Amino acid sequence: MPVTIQIPTALRVFTDKKPEIQADGATVAEAIADFASSYPDIKRHLYDEDGTLRSFINIYLGDTNIKNLGGLETPLKDGDTLMLVPAIAGGSGPR
Amino acid sequence: MILLPDSASMAIRSEGERSYPNECCGALLGEMDESGARAISEILPIDNGRETEERYHRFVIGPDDFMAAEKTARELGLGVIGFYHSHPDHPAVPSDYDRDHALPWYSYVIVAVESGVSGDLTSWELDADRSQFIKEL
Repeated sequence: MPVTIQIPTALRVFTDKKPEIQADGATVAEAIADFASSYPDIKRHLYDEDGTLRSFINIYLGDTNIKNLGGLETPLKDGDTLMLVPAIAGGSGPR
Repeated sequence: MILLPDSASMAIRSEGERSYPNECCGALLGEMDESGARAISEILPIDNGRETEERYHRFVIGPDDFMAAEKTARELGLGVIGFYHSHPDHPAVPSDYDRDHALPWYSYVIVAVESGVSGDLTSWELDADRSQFIKEL
């Protein structure tokens, strides 16, 4: 199932500066795995040591966070667009 | 290298003082040239998404706000180059918590706000191996 994955600016250093990547998969999980296999340097920023998608990486199908759909098992159809969206967090320390 | 015009620096300081004693946060919009130098054109203030009782030492920009910032930047012909936040009554240096939650490539501007008055303003970039922040301003 060919889909497009939109890459946020910060992660384009791992995709040869490409803002969009074509990937293949019947589900979100398969498409992201296919994408990551083509750009292995990005894997450590997407997945933790257990191979789980990092908590601050969110994936949108169109305008909808897949957490509000079927999660990583959300089915895809031809021409769908996924967007990787990090959450940004920080703070002044453990006070 | 990051180029932060006085107008953007002053706007960040103002946001930090306005949000005191809580942390402010927002996106840095601008452009990056072939050498990797970043030029910030303007800032985009974003509401701190953390729980009210945590905002004195934490901030979060959730994915919906992140997407909105990317969209705003694209409409302006710019990119999201980084993010800023304030450290109320705390130095303008990244905490371990900042490092744990940072991404490479982005510039992270921090302004210290002491008793409601802005002080040092610094900018940092996370090392590629996530081990440390490199000071760039």
